[in-house]
Amino acid sequence: MLQTNLKHITTENEFSQAIANNENVMICCGRMGPMCLPVYDIMENLEEKYENVTFYDMAFDSPHAHVIRNHPKSAGFMGLPFTYYFKNGEAVEATSSIQSKKQVKDILDIHFA
Amino acid sequence: MNPNQITESFDVIVLGGGPAGLTAGIYLGRAKLKTLIINEGSVGGQMVLTHAIANYPGAKVDISGRDLSLDMKAQAKAFGCKIESNVEVTGIDLSGDQKLVEIDEDEVFSAKSVIIATGGTPRPMGVEGENKFKGSGVSYCATCDGDFFTDKKIIVVGGGNSALEEAVSLTQFASKVTVVHQFDHFQATEHAVRMAQENDKISFILESEIQRVLGDQAITGVEIMNMKTKERSIVSTNGIFVLIGYIANTASLPDSLALNARNEVIADETMATNIDGIFVAGDVREKRYRQITTAVSDGTIAALSAIEYIQS
Repeated sequence: MLQTNLKHITTENEFSQAIANNENVMICCGRMGPMCLPVYDIMENLEEKYENVTFYDMAFDSPHAHVIRNHPKSAGFMGLPFTYYFKNGEAVEATSSIQSKKQVKDILDIHFA
Repeated sequence: MNPNQITESFDVIVLGGGPAGLTAGIYLGRAKLKTLIINEGSVGGQMVLTHAIANYPGAKVDISGRDLSLDMKAQAKAFGCKIESNVEVTGIDLSGDQKLVEIDEDEVFSAKSVIIATGGTPRPMGVEGENKFKGSGVSYCATCDGDFFTDKKIIVVGGGNSALEEAVSLTQFASKVTVVHQFDHFQATEHAVRMAQENDKISFILESEIQRVLGDQAITGVEIMNMKTKERSIVSTNGIFVLIGYIANTASLPDSLALNARNEVIADETMATNIDGIFVAGDVREKRYRQITTAVSDGTIAALSAIEYIQS
């Protein structure tokens, strides 16, 4: 499990529940590495402002993370973390590698406003 | 930026939350100065990019950059520093007696003195195709993304210690590593060069620069130009690790601040800049050696100078 203050998704079932039971979901799938940590921090920072979005992390090396690793939108991704945005259960956006707060906010504003 | 709408006033504002900024905060807090540390990214700066720090005096062996950052942050907070992280600095006015800093186009903070410790960011190649493949073939962190290139051919750009050490490290994943460097010699230590040269998976293309990254859905190769002969050639590759140093984060600072040709802030031995009450610390400063220990040293000196400035 990742050492963040975000809600954790640890199983495939939890993943399915998370995107089924919440309209707007952001999931950062990574490790405790230098490109991932800033994204977790940004998500923790935005949780208060974006009350309509549920923020999760997921450990990239967990076998259950195949739901992210092998998602069609992950094709060609070669940089951690893989960050996904789900609306009503559908992946509406995904990014690879480190993102700035502005990049994350722009996506949240476009899809979850 | 409206000076009549100041959210809160401080004695000192520290711009940057890396080792230089956090150290400055610790010293300012201990001196009972009301201090705000403003950090645009995560606390720790480039320090968090290091998985194991073996040369920070007194720290437990191989402490991670993340853990050392959190320890420094906790120490600064314990001495009373306020820390604003993951915010965007949207305005800086260093001209008056009260220096003003605006964040997120929302809050304006004032201070008698400002310490600039904004650090640096990885230097990009600045060539066609680089941005397109960021996160899908172009990487700036070998330890993060190396395993995506298992049994693939990669290029490492650079000739310093980071480039050659990471090139060696990447051979545990990649089938072939080609180091592309613009000079005919390396800046890395003799040991790092020897380790790379003795590795069978590593080859070198010297006196050359990448001109373009090629590929449609994925990287297929790069166009390389020999700097001496100007001859261009195509080298096939699946990925590129760019390890060519850092650029100082000075783009958002006022034009009145004196910078050198590399856009680093010029300061004297007290860390004083050309603007009264403005000090600088860490990798953003003009200096030769960039280490966590030298950043900590800069932060200490800048804080003591700011304390003296305010008390005088």
